[in-house]
Amino acid sequence: MKAKLFPVVMLAALAATAGAQNLTGAGATFPNPIYSRWFIEYSNAHPGVKINYQSVGSGAGIRQVTSKIVDFGASDVTMTDQQIAESKIKLVAIPSVLGAVVPVYTLPGVGSDLKFSGDVIADIYLGKITNWHDPRIAKDNPGVNLPDHQILPVYRSEGSGTTFIFTDFLSKVSPDFLSKVGRGASVRWPVGIGQKGNEGVAGMIRNSPYSFGYVELIYAAGNNMSYGLVRNAAGKWIKASTGGVTAAAAAASKNMPADYRVSITNAAGPESYPISSFTWLLIPVKSDDPAKGKVLHDFLQWMLDHGEDEASQMTYAPLPKPVADRVRQTISQIQ
Amino acid sequence: MRLKFTVYSHGFNKVAWENAERVPMNKPGSIQLPQTVLSERTQAAEPVVEAIKPPSIVRSFLQSKSSGKVADGTFWGLMIVCALSIFLIVLLILSVLVVNSKLSIHTFGWKFFTSSSWDPNSGDFGALPFIWGTVVSSLLAVCMAVPLALCVSIFLLEICPLWLRGPIAFLTELLAAIPSVIYGLWAIFILVPIMRDNVGPVLQKYLGWTGFFGGSNFGVGMLTASVILAIMIFPVISSISRDVMKAVPIHQREAALALGATRWEMIRMSVLRNARIGIVGSVILGLGRALGETMAVTMVIGNHPDISKSLFAPATTLASVIANEFSEATGDLYLSALIEIGLALFLVTIVVNGIARLLVWAVTRGNTARAA
Amino acid sequence: MGSLPVRSATSERLSSLRRSAANHLVTTLAILSTVVVLVPLVAILGYLIYKGASSLNLAFFTHVPAPVGQPGGGMANAIVGSGVILGLASLLGIPVGIGAGVYLAEYGQGRLFGNIIRFTADVLNGVPSIVMGMAAYALIVAKQQHFSAFAGGIALAIMMVPTITRTTEEMLATVPHAVREAALGLGIPKWRTVISVSLRTASPGIITGCMLAFARVAGETAPLLFTAFGNQFWSFNLNQPIAALPLQIFVYAVSPYDEWHRLAWAGALVLIAMIMISVTLVRIFANRGALKGGH
Repeated sequence: MKAKLFPVVMLAALAATAGAQNLTGAGATFPNPIYSRWFIEYSNAHPGVKINYQSVGSGAGIRQVTSKIVDFGASDVTMTDQQIAESKIKLVAIPSVLGAVVPVYTLPGVGSDLKFSGDVIADIYLGKITNWHDPRIAKDNPGVNLPDHQILPVYRSEGSGTTFIFTDFLSKVSPDFLSKVGRGASVRWPVGIGQKGNEGVAGMIRNSPYSFGYVELIYAAGNNMSYGLVRNAAGKWIKASTGGVTAAAAAASKNMPADYRVSITNAAGPESYPISSFTWLLIPVKSDDPAKGKVLHDFLQWMLDHGEDEASQMTYAPLPKPVADRVRQTISQIQ
Repeated sequence: MRLKFTVYSHGFNKVAWENAERVPMNKPGSIQLPQTVLSERTQAAEPVVEAIKPPSIVRSFLQSKSSGKVADGTFWGLMIVCALSIFLIVLLILSVLVVNSKLSIHTFGWKFFTSSSWDPNSGDFGALPFIWGTVVSSLLAVCMAVPLALCVSIFLLEICPLWLRGPIAFLTELLAAIPSVIYGLWAIFILVPIMRDNVGPVLQKYLGWTGFFGGSNFGVGMLTASVILAIMIFPVISSISRDVMKAVPIHQREAALALGATRWEMIRMSVLRNARIGIVGSVILGLGRALGETMAVTMVIGNHPDISKSLFAPATTLASVIANEFSEATGDLYLSALIEIGLALFLVTIVVNGIARLLVWAVTRGNTARAA
Repeated sequence: MGSLPVRSATSERLSSLRRSAANHLVTTLAILSTVVVLVPLVAILGYLIYKGASSLNLAFFTHVPAPVGQPGGGMANAIVGSGVILGLASLLGIPVGIGAGVYLAEYGQGRLFGNIIRFTADVLNGVPSIVMGMAAYALIVAKQQHFSAFAGGIALAIMMVPTITRTTEEMLATVPHAVREAALGLGIPKWRTVISVSLRTASPGIITGCMLAFARVAGETAPLLFTAFGNQFWSFNLNQPIAALPLQIFVYAVSPYDEWHRLAWAGALVLIAMIMISVTLVRIFANRGALKGGH
């Protein structure tokens, strides 16, 4: 009797494990808080489905998903043509939310809302503007009593999407920066000191008078840090906000390529915040295991229906409607 | 009385001490074969000298009589497998590093270790500033940590009241358990402002003329990194050296005291002298930890790949550049250059350990009565 | 001793003064440096407790992580996961480390092979944790095509080995030869002598070494990032990604939210408490065992 029952029990156990779907994803750090919230809520709503996402960095995320070690990836940086060509699996990049990078500083005796144009920021990092008293900073900030003190530029020491977005913007507005430093997740900074992570940069800026640096908007907002205004392509001074970021994405969506690989820094439009970017989920078009493909498809559907609403609560900018509509079409091909 | 004291106080350093060392050897057990035992003892006292010791007659006789030949062989085999596995692990890691950094090795050759350019955008990579940062920060840290650790071990073993010994030892071991991220965060919020506002200006004022403390002091840089490293390797050095000192037989201490030695003389001559090989071992372990430490150093060293004479200037290390850039590196050459940095760290560790070993050899050439 | 020069009473008094001055100087130095060292130690620990204690509650030990902004999240899965990985690492690393140490001290003294092993162990000790993670990734994860708790355990085990080997060797070297010879003289085989006499005599020091190694790897993030990988959910499968406290602390520490920063501090406090509890338990059991065995 027992012997007969045994295979049945085994089968039942197997069926149970087959019903439970464990997916693994790896990639960008910046969207980790909202991704982990989405995946926890999604698995609560769909018992048996567990999507485990870990923030190991965009570059590592791309490497893991293209070598098929994880089921999906995530990145703040678009994949290069070479990476797409070398990938073991065909991927589609799905924009999920947007983020922004803001200039932060500590200046004793000077309040928040200082104004920085792109070329001034570029020249601070190139070592051409070394003093807060510089006439070019003063010109953008009439009436502000700037101290006569050396600037301490702080940058992200580790490779990061934040640095990529920031240097991408500076390369667009300053030809000098493009030729001497260029855009990249980690670059050779001519001056300054490097701190690890947003928290390192923020900690350094907060603790060091006369310092200047850049962090993600969500970080500045979450820590009540004061940050500066940046001049956009239309010549307007814009203070970063989720609205300004979504506006930049909407402005750029008109000529967005089919694979969503687009930079929206220095976007046109009077409302657009200039240092903004998408962050992408990298999903296999056809997963090896069709059950996993179905979970991914269902999750993306859920993300567009429910997830996007939660984005702005957490200071992430949601996708503008035209982009969301196009993403809806794209995910229908995921198997 | 006075005459006696004169003799001891003067002759203490050499003659009386040499005799005192031999005291434990005149034990009944070894009386039958004094010559052999003596020769073995003096040889065994300097294992690092790598002298091939003649097998003790006592021991080989006893071993040939032992009942478990097969069991002994198996045990020896097991132990040698364990030892070999260390060798194999290192070989495996080395091969992984070499295979994955082939591209960079082919592209840059030896220039990789002498070039100081590191520019991911133009694909130009050199490891020199990182090697410099690693070596200097680790050596500085060891220089700071070793005297302190030895003083604390001496305090705990020889001076400290018994009730205080447990808590302090516990506290130092607790330090070994703190994740290095926490050290880094603590350093950013507490240590960096202290280095910037208190320690830095003092050093600049009194030692500025040396040139090691010039330039702007932002609180982050080589010096702060060395201090945090010193704090981190302190528990390793102090716990192990304390245990080694503790193992020095009590009669060695008593012999020194009986000869009229002061406490310091007793510590210097019986404790430190007998424990020095073990102490050097603990220092090498600490140095190893300092060379490979990543997180905390990354958070306070400033991460700027420049070679500067000033200890206030930001620098960077081999381990921190890997930790900083590995997860975001794109492009095959970039990635393989980062892995070659790992290889460079291997080489630095080998060179530094080699030098340390030479030092040990120089220090321990003299005779030590170890574990008599 | 006949060649010793005769000394005058003055120089004798001077010398005794000098000796006692040196003695006092060293005593003062030792006390002073203990204080100097204790200040940062207490400062770091105090800072950690101050930052971490306020976020500790029952949910922290019984729940899995919750999204930011939602109350009631904990690190139960990470606590268990760390236990699993560390247990695995200790099971693999401690025997190998002690075995290699025994080889070096009992068989390898003065031999070329022994010196090579000793040198390799020191080199391995200096390999940074992230390189260890890279190697474990290339050797295990890339071959298996998925992350696993097993790979994390192996990476940590490798990191434990050199510290244990070198302390075991140092401690065995302090065991008097007379003790060994006495055991051999009683007709006890060598392997028995090593286990029951040498290792037992040296056990307090060896345990210190094991605990130092354990404490060192328990807080490591870098070697786990690309091996054990982390998990927001419960997992007990050694072949699957598993949560670990240092990984969870790291994720929380780099996040933009104050609430998560507090959880990171609390996690670090729990991690240290866990390590200390295991270290203390091991010491208590070891002392009991040693006492029983000794009589």
